[in-house]
Amino acid sequence: MEFMGIERDRLHLSWISSAEATKFVEVVNNVTEAVRALGPNTHFIKNEAKVA
Amino acid sequence: MVGYIDKIKEISERLLKDGKVDMVIGFRKGTMPMMNEPHRVKSADDVKNLVWDSNCGINLANYLTDRKEKIGIVAKGCDSRNIVTHIIENKIDRDQLYIIGVPCKGMIDSHKITNAVSGEIVDVVESNGEVTVKGDGFEETFNKADVLQKNCAVCIHRNPVIYDELVTDLVEEQADVDRYEDVREIEAMSTEEKHNFFDDLLAPCIRCYACRNACPLCYCPTCFVDESRPQWVGKGDDPVDIKTFHFLRAYHCAGRCTDCGSCERACPVGINMRLLTKKLEMDCLNLYGWEAGLTLDNRPPLDTYKPDDPEEFIK
Repeated sequence: MEFMGIERDRLHLSWISSAEATKFVEVVNNVTEAVRALGPNTHFIKNEAKVA
Repeated sequence: MVGYIDKIKEISERLLKDGKVDMVIGFRKGTMPMMNEPHRVKSADDVKNLVWDSNCGINLANYLTDRKEKIGIVAKGCDSRNIVTHIIENKIDRDQLYIIGVPCKGMIDSHKITNAVSGEIVDVVESNGEVTVKGDGFEETFNKADVLQKNCAVCIHRNPVIYDELVTDLVEEQADVDRYEDVREIEAMSTEEKHNFFDDLLAPCIRCYACRNACPLCYCPTCFVDESRPQWVGKGDDPVDIKTFHFLRAYHCAGRCTDCGSCERACPVGINMRLLTKKLEMDCLNLYGWEAGLTLDNRPPLDTYKPDDPEEFIK
């Protein structure tokens, strides 16, 4: 995905067991932080057709 | 390379007469110059229509999918690798095939020649490493090495990897070619540059799906772009949909693509979509030491699990 022009920090993959609540919170916090730092996505946005 | 055809005809005729195969898949002269088309020969009388020159770039493994009869197939290095992939993926049985191996010295890029001359090309003659193009009021000669398909220029598997019979001696493989120079160039770009680069690259796409249809890997009964329930991707010419199609198609070829160049060759507007499949090919080589279609003995990396598989991307 990085190759085609999506910022590295915008996409995350993690493997969390249903028993790992702490890890889940940690990962979610990290993801939000990383994506917030990048700002809103400007690529790969498809605008809905405008209806008059 | 031009002289191979007598041998191909001889083998094909023998196979058909002896009843060893029900048909031979090869090439016949196309209706346009530099566009030889696939041909299924089902009787010995038809063998005379087979041809072989540097315009046989289309990958014939594409015509093997789910066939039930016994087939003789003419195979270059890349075709043979895709035949291996087909066998691995249970799309054809090895016992059904008689592979006529053709050591290959590269195919001509018709886009390059068409762009280099002005006017319509009516005739192309090839001899001694030179390609002479004739049209209305012009005649030009090119060095074949200069007009090779881009994937052929960096090919390191010119000889068939499996075959039952060869039409000629094996050729020397190219050793010092840099296969991934263009991929590294893109990797060095910033995110914004990458995005713009692919925007420009894919802008001319008309969504004709010729690349998909020419690809021997694309054999799904219903392609994700044709699916309407659910509809994965829009069917119009919105740039986002076009990119989604190309990126996803490339992903479907991960670990399977042999860089045969059929997609690029089939493209009517000359998009180099091989850049996408090549990136995945390079990653497969670097991460798993895998090159598609070289052996029947190993499973491809994406359908096996090893405890030491790279996993840095999982957080």
